Amino acid sequence: MSDYRVSHLAALEAEAIFIFREVAATCQRPVLLFSGGKDSIVMLHLAQKAFAPAPIPFPVMHVDTGQNFDEVIDFRDRRVAQTGVQLLVASVQDAIDRGLVTEPPNGTRNRIQTPVLLEAAEKYQFDALFGGARRDEEKARAKERIFSFRDDFGQWDPKQQRPELWSLYNGRVHPGEQIRVFPLSNWTELDVWRYIGDQGIELPPVYFAAEREVVDRGGMLFAVNRFIRPKDGEAVFTEKIRYRTVGDATLTAGVRSEATTVAQIIAEVAATRITERGATRGDDKTSEAAMEDRKREGYF
Amino acid sequence: MTQAATAAPEALPEASELLRFATAGSVDDGKSTLIGRLLFDTKTLFDDQWDAVEAVSAGRGDEYTDLALLTDGLRSEREQGITIDVAYRYFATPERKFIIADTPGHIQYTRNMVTGASTADLAMILVDARKGLVEQSRRHAFLCSLLRVPHMVLCVNKMDLVGYDEETFKRIEQEFTAFATKLEIPDLMIIPISALKGDNVVSRSENMPWYQGPSLLHHLEKVHIASDRNLVDVRFPVQQVIRPHSNDNHDYRGYAGQVASGVMKPGDDVMVLPSGFTTKIASIETADGQLAEAFPPLSVTVRLEDELDVSRGDMLCRPNNQPRVTQDVEAMVCWMDEQRPLRLRGKYAIKHTTADVRAIVKDIQYQLDINTLHRDESVEELKLNEIGRVTLRTTKPLLCDDYRRNRATGGFIIIDESDNRTVGAGIIV
Repeated sequence: MSDYRVSHLAALEAEAIFIFREVAATCQRPVLLFSGGKDSIVMLHLAQKAFAPAPIPFPVMHVDTGQNFDEVIDFRDRRVAQTGVQLLVASVQDAIDRGLVTEPPNGTRNRIQTPVLLEAAEKYQFDALFGGARRDEEKARAKERIFSFRDDFGQWDPKQQRPELWSLYNGRVHPGEQIRVFPLSNWTELDVWRYIGDQGIELPPVYFAAEREVVDRGGMLFAVNRFIRPKDGEAVFTEKIRYRTVGDATLTAGVRSEATTVAQIIAEVAATRITERGATRGDDKTSEAAMEDRKREGYF
Repeated sequence: MTQAATAAPEALPEASELLRFATAGSVDDGKSTLIGRLLFDTKTLFDDQWDAVEAVSAGRGDEYTDLALLTDGLRSEREQGITIDVAYRYFATPERKFIIADTPGHIQYTRNMVTGASTADLAMILVDARKGLVEQSRRHAFLCSLLRVPHMVLCVNKMDLVGYDEETFKRIEQEFTAFATKLEIPDLMIIPISALKGDNVVSRSENMPWYQGPSLLHHLEKVHIASDRNLVDVRFPVQQVIRPHSNDNHDYRGYAGQVASGVMKPGDDVMVLPSGFTTKIASIETADGQLAEAFPPLSVTVRLEDELDVSRGDMLCRPNNQPRVTQDVEAMVCWMDEQRPLRLRGKYAIKHTTADVRAIVKDIQYQLDINTLHRDESVEELKLNEIGRVTLRTTKPLLCDDYRRNRATGGFIIIDESDNRTVGAGIIV
């Protein structure tokens, strides 16, 4: 006889599975954004659980900046092969070559992902796009719905959000419009790590601490690789670091860490005093409203 | 090579329970300060968030760091110094994980309050000890009772500004208790606090020895929520049919859904509505294996012993405990649309459990003044933030229960079919 208790992770999992199923049952052409980062890995895991023993009934898509950690791309391809899901790649490099977008002078391709994403959504006529964003990441996200309506231009209008009551999600759209769906909305960074530990989910090695050659830029540690080259006079030194987020390799920094297992990462995350994005993302430091502005343009 | 998740189980903390609570309040009642303190004292607030808030506050010349900056996420909110939407906040203690739905308190944001309260296990209402109960406090309490939030906490804040005076607290306590008696509030706790000074927020205050109750955080950690779920009436709205179409699972047919209420076990007799056919549960499955029983809020896949025609929008229940099956729906409706009012004879789409139907407004019986609870029977429409009792006729029967008995099968949303916006929320009475 059980006491019908449900742990918070089990409740979050049940909510996410419900959301995946609602979209699959009511939207015409869903797609799951999959980068090989930890949140999208958890999303793929949840999608598998939601439809088991049937396969995931929608493809996954990677908006590929061409500036990724090699280990992450290897992982992406291997995980996709295991799952048997269809992978679509929307290439930012290809979009630059075609003249859809222009390479920004600072070399980071985060912002120009948006037109590439929107073009791919239009091409494949996706009406529901799953993203792994969480509300604890950033304060504009804290106000976004789980089912977030985007107009013909992919834009988010914070003042025109659909009220979201109970678990009654409104995913209705006209052709050309989309719903961005965030099944991990109510998860925190710690929840994601605990779930990874609980479920034994495999991750790319960049998430675990290792000795890496780094440069220090404004207090952030960037590992030297084919995207991050030391500038003249810049000191290169060895530090034991891991990545808390894995975005564009040109602007994702690592954090000093001794954690080589999920359990050790959980212990570090529980004790940390800096937010995930604050510690590791050069792109969010631009302004108070950087994320809100990018979302209004159609960013995830 | 890729590292497998080598989770050392000994380092994983004990599983904790989830509690969702809604706060409502205006700029000056100390709500932001209270949330800021809960986040700060549970070490949820990060240094870079704090630094950013301090920098903005200092730049504006504020006398003290404005904790509202933490919760106001949108540019227009910061510019106007107001909260316009529901913001979700998270913090955890070893006992529980908390989700705060933080909503603005003014009457023009009634829809946000209703939204926040719809999923809340607990509602937190703040009053300023110097001012006592105001119209807004009564309105919040009424909305929370309408939405059947099972637990309520009234925080009598700014006790430091009334000299931690017991009489002041007692007066507010009595006044609110008298008011609450007229509402349906199953569980009420009233706590004297100072969010600014931290009295009775995380630990018991030495400044108020006359108060014998728990601190706010202690109450949030301990309040008994396990019994709030309806474990009696089996209701399983089918989300979709799982059919793998593979050689291994050629004959597999399972019904995916989240248990809305009740406890289901393999071997139980079940009825499929609206068809009325009965069969038994063959198994209850998840990706991790079969379950001996399923209960809310688990998402599972149910397999039945007989091949029946079951599809999305149908519901499994027990033959001797069925929901109402009706096309005539009586509901309290909160209107949420600024563009067009709810009109008599208006036609709308309804989403109820996993069912989509259409409905026509047959009658608007009255509009309820949510400050005075006065009923105005002369109205012919409901405007933004107005609440009224409405009769609907649906194109297909709803499989529903009274909201007061079952939040999952008693609530619905109203959608404008022309532009797909969610324009209202309904509570079946």
